[in-house]
Amino acid sequence: MAQNMTLNVDGKSHVISLDDPKMPLLYALRDDLGLNNPRFGCGLGQCGACTVHVDGQAVRSCTTPVSLVANRKITTIAGLGTPDKPHPLQTAWIEEQVNQCGYCINGWIMTSAELLARNPHPTEQEVRDALSDVICRCGTHNAAVKAVLRASKA
Amino acid sequence: MIELELNKLSRRAFLTASGALVVALATPPEWAEAVQFDSAAAAGVRPGKLSSYLSIEPDGTVVAYYGKIDGGQGLETSVAQLVAEEIDVPWDRVRVVISDTAHCVNMGGSTAGNGLRQGGIILRQTAAEARRILIKMGGEKLGLPPDQLTVTDGVVHSISDPAKRVTYAELIGGRQFDAEIQFRGEAQQLTVKVDAPLKKPEEFKIIGKPYPRKDMPGKVFGTLQQVTDLKLPNMAHARMVRPPVAGAVPVSVDEKSISDIPGAQVVWIKDFLGVVAEKEWNAVKAARQLKVTWSEANANFPGHEKIFDHIRAAPVMARSGDPTVKANGASQEKRRGSAEDAFKQAAFVLEGEYEYPFMSHASMGPACAVADVKDDSATVYTSTQKPFDCQLGIAELLGFPPDKVRAIWMFGTGGYARDAQGDATADAAVLSQHLKRPVRVQYMRHESLAWDPKGTPSVSRNRAGFDKDGDLIAYENITKSMSMEDCNTRERHPEDTLAGMNLGHPLNWRASYGTPGNAYDFENAHWGWELVAPLHDRASPLRTTHIRDPYGPPIMFGSEAFIDEIAVHLKRDPIEFRLQHLKQPREHELFAAAAKQYGWDTRPSPRNDRQGNIATGRGFAYRQLGGTYIALIAEVRVHRDTGEIEIPRVVVAHDCGLIVNSETIKHVVDRQIIWQTSRTMHEEVQFDGKMVHAVDWLTYPVLKMPGVPRSVEVVIINRPDKPTSGAAEMACGPLPAAISNAVFDATGVRLRRIPFTPERVKAALARGPEQVVKASL
Repeated sequence: MAQNMTLNVDGKSHVISLDDPKMPLLYALRDDLGLNNPRFGCGLGQCGACTVHVDGQAVRSCTTPVSLVANRKITTIAGLGTPDKPHPLQTAWIEEQVNQCGYCINGWIMTSAELLARNPHPTEQEVRDALSDVICRCGTHNAAVKAVLRASKA
Repeated sequence: MIELELNKLSRRAFLTASGALVVALATPPEWAEAVQFDSAAAAGVRPGKLSSYLSIEPDGTVVAYYGKIDGGQGLETSVAQLVAEEIDVPWDRVRVVISDTAHCVNMGGSTAGNGLRQGGIILRQTAAEARRILIKMGGEKLGLPPDQLTVTDGVVHSISDPAKRVTYAELIGGRQFDAEIQFRGEAQQLTVKVDAPLKKPEEFKIIGKPYPRKDMPGKVFGTLQQVTDLKLPNMAHARMVRPPVAGAVPVSVDEKSISDIPGAQVVWIKDFLGVVAEKEWNAVKAARQLKVTWSEANANFPGHEKIFDHIRAAPVMARSGDPTVKANGASQEKRRGSAEDAFKQAAFVLEGEYEYPFMSHASMGPACAVADVKDDSATVYTSTQKPFDCQLGIAELLGFPPDKVRAIWMFGTGGYARDAQGDATADAAVLSQHLKRPVRVQYMRHESLAWDPKGTPSVSRNRAGFDKDGDLIAYENITKSMSMEDCNTRERHPEDTLAGMNLGHPLNWRASYGTPGNAYDFENAHWGWELVAPLHDRASPLRTTHIRDPYGPPIMFGSEAFIDEIAVHLKRDPIEFRLQHLKQPREHELFAAAAKQYGWDTRPSPRNDRQGNIATGRGFAYRQLGGTYIALIAEVRVHRDTGEIEIPRVVVAHDCGLIVNSETIKHVVDRQIIWQTSRTMHEEVQFDGKMVHAVDWLTYPVLKMPGVPRSVEVVIINRPDKPTSGAAEMACGPLPAAISNAVFDATGVRLRRIPFTPERVKAALARGPEQVVKASL
């Protein structure tokens, strides 16, 4: 039987009708809430394209059952900052013109945001280590590192 | 006299949506016509009319209709710069409509990195022509001759008295240009001729400047609508169900096996099998849960470890230079003098073989498309690289005339040539036609890796003949491979997609391959290719096609590594040896720029000091294609104990003529070096006799941060006097050879098979230097 549950996403509460508590959070965000992001990359937690923050922690929403995040604070890249009030990483990402296709961007920015929250001034190696398990198929790795370092100095 | 259809609304003129806008998010105004299907528009936008390339909105915004795509390399931005420069408006006043078949002239979609070389120049020329016409119109309005007028920021005004002025918007805003354009050819061969001269480089205000990418904020703030994000009213979600082994087809389907999943429904037509549901997750679950009995099948693949022996032994189906083979036009062979005769004279012959494996596009996002098929017409939203061919293929698949199908290109994952986007589009169309409602299909990760069309595996055979004095007198480079068109790159017919083949269409094979573009002036030389049969004659997980720079890595890994072998044999520096056989000043300047940036010391390889656990070396490789020149130097640190290769530096000197955007050019080269590093160091499709094993990022490993070259140094040579050629893929070609050559420089050992995994490096080091010089027969 379908049950209602409340999702707190980017500062807004949404009630969704859930017929499978094991449904990954990703599908609730994309399908029920109609968000453009995060994206489906692998469904296996291997690539990062679906990354969001749950209570400030970067998680891969494609393998996170939605029932585990009821009433927790979910932040997507669209809630991290906006064109009017950008997160320093978003500003740096534009200044460094990091992306090519941009499909992977949630993994890179949301993982970096978690890093900067716990370590505001990382070394280059710390940035590379933090981003060592995120995939990009366009080759933006070095540009992303530059952007994170730029944001950390902003 | 310029005649304007003043009262006639443009076919694309700002339909106030009046309820016609069906898509859920912000969309370009052109989409308002998606429901009110306009077959006249879909019949093909005529290349002979200026209005087919440019229009001006009531507020003065210039709209450019670009019949190619932007795979994330910044073409939208560069095209806007070209148009803004020539028509004289600020850069941000140009909006680019990308490959909507109802609104754009067919420019062939994305191909061979010619987004600017062909599509860009067409829009630049037509923008110049539009400016000329607007000045003439302005002169009529102001009562002044055109030679007394100029344009500043979209305002035509008197040169001597700027108060005498009229804006583009006042002259033509909201109406169509009515002027003819002379053109030749079609699609990717389309060229135009206009009366207006192009601006000279010294007049440029916008071309060459580092304007930021138009698409970047939407990507960074999560607001850009990609094809994956499109939602149409009443849209169903679908997933395809693929066989566990190649060639198997569904024999029976147990629909009850998914009866517990809300709304889940099976669509089974011949060998085409998919599931749909109202909610996406339920479609995913249904595809997993559906019980299917599959036919027995054994494709009898040779397996990835034996694929090169298979290629060596397999009969040649087609070869370059054979006039009876109707091959792709790019697939030429080249001869200088007579290599055959010269080899007979040779005192000794050097030989070298190189192997490049099957590769998956392994796109970041699995392919996705949305189709909305009505009784007699269809609209497909697609991220294919060839939207105009897709339109034709979908029409044939659905049984509609071409003018009843509209393909709208949308941003999507970086596919880098013929990935599975066209397959997903055809799947969505078949499902939508069957269900009579809009359908969105996205592939799963395993499907994207296992079932996308693959890059060609190749064996590169190289020979060099030397006379008794040791001089090079004969050279041969033959690549034996599979056609780049086991799977046609254009999706123009049903047999070019999985859906079409699942519905009974046979494989559409065509001979297509290529030779290196590098024009070494060896006295007696032969560059050619040989093709073997496809591994499987129907919907195959190993059907071969284009991957980014198709004429690059699979061919040039061997050719440029073997040039290095010749230089080693002659005890010559690899740059110096190449320059002896390259005559263009452009090439010499390019090599000098790369050498200077790297700090190259002229000497033969390998280096003398090759001791220690970590061996350091540098390798060079060269690439020329279609007017783009690339000199590439890779530096490696080979860890003898682990077999790991670190790549601390890659230097790329890049000359592609006139630079349109000085930043995007650097980015696209930087990113493609990392892209090709992944392919060189990690990527290979593994498979056994029945099926591909690559199903996720563990079974198809790709580059991650730890293996990324730390310093990619791009030296751009701008040549405003030369036409813009291309930059989207050509730097991939020389990288595998440059790395292999660097490993040889460091260790004296040559790596002959991609990818350079630690196991292979260790095995090669254990074998030690090869004895490759042999007496001539």
